[in-house]
Amino acid sequence: MSSTTPLLDVSGLTKHFPIKGGFPIRRTVGHVQAVDGLDFQVGEGESLGLVGESGCGKSTTGRLITRLLEPTAGKVSYQGKDITHANRKQLAPIRSEIQMIFQDPYASLNPRQTVGKIVSGPMEINNVNPAGGREKRVRELLEIVGLNPEHYNRFPHEFSGGQRQRIGVARALALEPKLIVADEPVSALDVSIQAQVVNLLQKVQQELGIAFVFIAHDLAVVRHFSQRVAVMYLGKIVEIADRDDLYGNPRHPYTRALLSAVPEATVDETPARDRIRLQGDVPSPINPPSGCRFRTRCWKATEKCATEAPPLVQVEGNKPGHLTACHYPETAEAVPAARLSKDPEPAI
Amino acid sequence: MLRFLVRRFLGAVVTLFIISAVTFMLFYAVPRDPARIACGKVCTPETLELIRHNMGIADPMPTQLWNWLTGIFLGRDYPGFGNCDAPCLGYSFVNREPVLGTILDRFPTTFSLFLGSSVVFLIFGIGTGMVAALKQGKATDKLASSASLIASSMQIYFVGTLALYVLVYQWQILDQPGYTPFTDNPAQWFSGLLLPWLILALIFTANYTRMTRSQMVEQLNEDYVRTARAKGLSRQNVFFRFAWRGAMGPIVTIFGIDMGVLLGGGMITEKTFSIQGIGLLAVKSAGNNDLPMLLGVMVITASFVVICNILVDACYALIDPRIRLA
Amino acid sequence: MTSTDQQPFLSIKDLKVHFSTEDGTVKAVDGLSFDLVRGRTLGIVGESGSGKSVTNLTILGLHNPDSTKVEGSITLDGEELNGASERKLEKLRGNKMSMIFQDALTSLSPYHTIGKQIGETYRKHTGCSKKAARDRAIEMLRRVGIPQPEVRVDDYPHQFSGGMRQRAMIAMALVCDPELLIADEPTTALDVTVQAQIMDLLKDLQKEFGTAIIFITHDLGVIADIADEVLVMYGGRCVERGTKKEVLRDPQHPYTWGLLSSMPSLDHPVDVPLNPIPGSPPSLLNPPSGCRFHPRCTFAEKVDGGLCSSERPLLELVDGRGSACHLTAEQRGEYFSDLAGSAAN
Repeated sequence: MSSTTPLLDVSGLTKHFPIKGGFPIRRTVGHVQAVDGLDFQVGEGESLGLVGESGCGKSTTGRLITRLLEPTAGKVSYQGKDITHANRKQLAPIRSEIQMIFQDPYASLNPRQTVGKIVSGPMEINNVNPAGGREKRVRELLEIVGLNPEHYNRFPHEFSGGQRQRIGVARALALEPKLIVADEPVSALDVSIQAQVVNLLQKVQQELGIAFVFIAHDLAVVRHFSQRVAVMYLGKIVEIADRDDLYGNPRHPYTRALLSAVPEATVDETPARDRIRLQGDVPSPINPPSGCRFRTRCWKATEKCATEAPPLVQVEGNKPGHLTACHYPETAEAVPAARLSKDPEPAI
Repeated sequence: MLRFLVRRFLGAVVTLFIISAVTFMLFYAVPRDPARIACGKVCTPETLELIRHNMGIADPMPTQLWNWLTGIFLGRDYPGFGNCDAPCLGYSFVNREPVLGTILDRFPTTFSLFLGSSVVFLIFGIGTGMVAALKQGKATDKLASSASLIASSMQIYFVGTLALYVLVYQWQILDQPGYTPFTDNPAQWFSGLLLPWLILALIFTANYTRMTRSQMVEQLNEDYVRTARAKGLSRQNVFFRFAWRGAMGPIVTIFGIDMGVLLGGGMITEKTFSIQGIGLLAVKSAGNNDLPMLLGVMVITASFVVICNILVDACYALIDPRIRLA
Repeated sequence: MTSTDQQPFLSIKDLKVHFSTEDGTVKAVDGLSFDLVRGRTLGIVGESGSGKSVTNLTILGLHNPDSTKVEGSITLDGEELNGASERKLEKLRGNKMSMIFQDALTSLSPYHTIGKQIGETYRKHTGCSKKAARDRAIEMLRRVGIPQPEVRVDDYPHQFSGGMRQRAMIAMALVCDPELLIADEPTTALDVTVQAQIMDLLKDLQKEFGTAIIFITHDLGVIADIADEVLVMYGGRCVERGTKKEVLRDPQHPYTWGLLSSMPSLDHPVDVPLNPIPGSPPSLLNPPSGCRFHPRCTFAEKVDGGLCSSERPLLELVDGRGSACHLTAEQRGEYFSDLAGSAAN
């Protein structure tokens, strides 16, 4: 991924939503700093996971990449081309290469259109005529996502939640995209169905070589799906690393707290794993804490954290590509043993 | 709240200015010449020009608009016709008097009609709707729903005329409709307007019944209503204190919109029962080519609607604490 | 917490809840039995449409009486609740038994202050003064960890954050010291760090008040954290019962097994695909015959005589442990260990 230009290159990406107020004439009185200076790359065929709690800006990031939102500042490059402020016309050829999958399989499909129409929609809009006709292509796509091609003429309400998400995936695949931004694609699904969709996405990623930006709050799902993972907090990336480094050697206190809060379906003989309980809630993005944004909930915070925002860098002890934004990074020894040792006892 | 009212009031002034300017321009486009009518049979071009000048329609449109606007604050003089003191909304060359006086004379009539029928349809509409929601799926609900469907498909001129014929002329249960100022004789004011109130309210009652029912049913399915029941509150308590509170917002909003409709819908009622209100005045002025009068009616009605809407928004904030007025 | 000598505080026997809809009868709960003793937590696991939420609304008597048919018996502290008068239920709800819902934002009235909503429950059941109710609300808010409770008591729910709303909801449910608390997915809508806080809070409060808790969730991880005993529901029936350790360590029903192996965990090897349960949850309008899981069960064909599709497997409990499955113990041992082996590599 380092040899050539990355598929997607994001630098300094920022989105501030204005807040209107004031008297007697309404004007902008502040900003919701939804996303504040993100830097990351996604290579061809690579899957980047974006994790964080609600309000951390991960969904906004997805919408900025796909240009559903206009960035306030920063740069988004796709295949080396700057698309930050590209207009409709300039975006047209790229739109077909970047697709999106949404969270709610009920709301994101038009209930009055047949499955065939929904899946062929992107081809129609972009005037793509595959060899053998659109219908043949749609049937192929339905086959790929594990639906019966005979269901071409059915309507979304005739399908279950998991099947609807498959339709969403088929639609995203229709234009043979190079990058798919998946915004919480499995969080609305039942547990037994989640795995089906995760496996499908994984198959699509591996077999078709599509790059993914996988946005989710479920750390286990992200770990399973993404080769690289970025942890966001209040609009900033606090840590980004290859999967094994991030989950095996979390350096940012927030990453560690997040990992320790994930409930796991295991019954430990030794009770009370090294659990970190964060106090309070995520502060408001309208007026985020100075310096390090996590400091108000961090057990290590000092004066320095309040005055100086920690840069996202390869702190000492990190492998190359493992970046952490913290003045006092965690050390490997302090990490719960269960997370590092591969197999002290079976997962279940 | 005060800030909100001030801001909305300023906004309302702008809205009204735009409404009057647009109306003014529309009238300007109408190829009719009131001066020629006023000029009479023996009409030289010179007299015609003089009359035009006196009427204030010889100037280009922007000047006319400006004169009309300044007239509101300063008053105007129409040589050969008469004086129009501030606030002057224009001068009717047909009636040969300022329009505002005529409109204000008629306003209490229309307002009485509006007020009375609102009271009738709010009480009956919301009441029936609540009963229907309470007895959801039962015979009472079905009866109320079908009755409201029938009532809402009625037309005022049909039901009104029918009721007039049967109730007033045949059976003589009700008085001949007409307007007596409330200050003169409250009893007569009431009996004269009763039939128009009931007829005008009929259609609205049906709408409010259906809306209240659906709002209540929706609210009763809300999670917080379930929580209230899970706390041990009784069905009645939950119905009136929780669900009704939620249903009120949308009803108030629709009522705000309906106020405008009522002033316009009053037109047909006024015509059916020959009540001399603003609606009838507008119809008559349109027939007479009395454009200044029409403009005046338009501006007064629009002001009324705009003010009502500000009040509705303020009410909404009182009902729902999530709405912040700023 | 020895529970063996205690009388069950809540006892459900052969509960059936059927709704009549335009399309036919929905058998939301179809023959469910369980007991719960004081001070213990029963985790009910199931997916959408498994009947887990319906069961609990029925315990509180919050189902629609016009369209719902409830059979079987629900006894709370020796009192029969099925068919009890509305007056009697109103006295129990919020008082002796209370409930926490999933989405605290929609489950709290947006039109009333937090303090009012908490105090109202207390007033209803104790008949105290408004002042006393308000003081009690403040005390409860402090107890659930809301900072500055005497100020926040006058806030509306939308002025609270998600985690604080759920805390307020818990305060409301516990204001009358209930003996049974039903928590319906109380942490599903919350972030993991807040979820952990809320679960700690519930555990603390349980220790303090000795409340019996029914905790409904679809997340086995949450069950592992909070439950003493586990009941797995599928298609309106209980398919497996046991202590937390028994169910999570040694699942006996293919559905439980499927749930466990389809969940990605932080220790799951990343290059091995997840092991999903094929198909979708059943329609309760027209549920599958025999074992309701059999159309999705990979072991159904291993049972002789097509028993799975023709005969309902019975839940036979030995010391509160058992599953409703036609597989023999030897078959289970063989297949499950096979799969466990393949998943671990």
